[in-house]
Amino acid sequence: MSVETFILVSVVKIVIAIIVLLTAVAYTVWLERKVVGHIQNRWGPTRVGPFGLLQPLADGVKFIFKEDLTPPHVYKPLYIAAPMIALIFALTSISVIPVGNWVTVGGIYTPLQISDVNIGLLIILGVTSLGVYGVALAGWSSNSKYSLLGGLRASAQMVSYEISLGLSLVGVLILAGSFSLREIVDAQGGTFWGFIPRWNIFQGQIVAFFIYLTSAYAETNRIPFDLPEAETELVAGYHTEYSAMKFAMFFMAEYANMITVACLATILFLGGWKGLPYGPAWLQDLPVFWFVLKIFCFLFLYIWVRGTLPRFRYDQLMAFGWKFLLPLAIANLVLTALIVALKS
Amino acid sequence: MLHLIIFSVFGVICVAGAVNLLVQRHPINSALSLVVVMGALAAEFLLLGAEFVAAVQVIVYAGAVMVLFVFVIMLLNAGEEEHTQGSRVARLIGIPGMLVGSLLMAWVLLEHSGTQSVAAGALPGPPKMIGWLLFHDYLLPFEVTSVLVLIAIMGAVVLAARPESVQRKKEG
Repeated sequence: MSVETFILVSVVKIVIAIIVLLTAVAYTVWLERKVVGHIQNRWGPTRVGPFGLLQPLADGVKFIFKEDLTPPHVYKPLYIAAPMIALIFALTSISVIPVGNWVTVGGIYTPLQISDVNIGLLIILGVTSLGVYGVALAGWSSNSKYSLLGGLRASAQMVSYEISLGLSLVGVLILAGSFSLREIVDAQGGTFWGFIPRWNIFQGQIVAFFIYLTSAYAETNRIPFDLPEAETELVAGYHTEYSAMKFAMFFMAEYANMITVACLATILFLGGWKGLPYGPAWLQDLPVFWFVLKIFCFLFLYIWVRGTLPRFRYDQLMAFGWKFLLPLAIANLVLTALIVALKS
Repeated sequence: MLHLIIFSVFGVICVAGAVNLLVQRHPINSALSLVVVMGALAAEFLLLGAEFVAAVQVIVYAGAVMVLFVFVIMLLNAGEEEHTQGSRVARLIGIPGMLVGSLLMAWVLLEHSGTQSVAAGALPGPPKMIGWLLFHDYLLPFEVTSVLVLIAIMGAVVLAARPESVQRKKEG
């Protein structure tokens, strides 16, 4: 492949990925409002378009035309930079996510992934760990007590849960023997006894999956761990002083992070783009269908949990992360390593 | 050529970040400049082909250590520093001395060390090789370092925890 085709293919992929991701973000918000509405015996959005399907567009227009208020007491450079940092790092992680196998489009053989790097997982971990700055700086630069407390809570929580999150992934890495997300998915092909797919969750990583799930909720500041924006005590946490598009950027970053987490869970534990091992062949080979289906199920679970569970207290959150989740993740890692070592 | 351009861009960013770190009056700006320095260094590692080291540089230094720095600055609500004029000796001798020193060092490195510039990707460090080195060739140093870090952590906990007698006095 020549340099020109490479650049052209990359640009096309990036544009498609960004458009799809932003649309997915908008419609995850719609899905959440709809599902939580039905859980609470309400209708959710119904007025704009059929089933309220055009609601995200209306919201977008509203955010753009709202007055962009900058309170006089903020530290301006960081106040403006913080939502950008949050959104940039939330969108960057999509670049290494593989959504399907190699395909041939117009004579060009290319993977369904923006960039296939051999340390893909580490890049995602690095980018998400930098995303903390957006939240922390928003809280600090707003110069308001609610924002500061929200920012402090968020950064402490994210740094703490990052450890159990990272450790829960190491078991999968030991099984696959690679940091490349594509190779991790490829290692999950085939079945046990002909009917259970060889996904990592069925390869003894089920505990790791639940550790990952719990840590991911805390990392994305979602209920039951949404202490940084607990509205009963902190108004809205770190984004209290933000309005219009700046607020919308935090909002989009949160949902983009949810989607990244869902992608990662699908790739690492649920077999990536590989479908169920039975059914007609054309259904097995649908390029992106299974990947999107798994992500949809994961996001639905996210929303379901939000509609069901109450919020933790902050000391409970910290004690749970450090005294229960972390030892459990270490135990899982040691056990996995032992089994792999004994098998080989 | 491209390699040289990318190297120079990140080198300039790195040095500019380091200078900004010293010049800024507000601790949080200094801390963020340090994050930029770490990021630029990671890019330089990547340029050498050491992708694992680059990723770890970002995850550990930029993503964890510096977050804790920022966290502490936020928690203490540290204000702007007050800059004094500085001593005249420092300005008269310090700055020329630093310039002469760095020029001397650059000259020695360029002319007399016998090292050459490194091509892009010349020092590959795939994760597997680093793992092999750490857990096979250098196992003893690795374990000794682990124990050292553990001792440091326990020391920090002991120093940070209030002595029991003080606690009892407050409660009683």
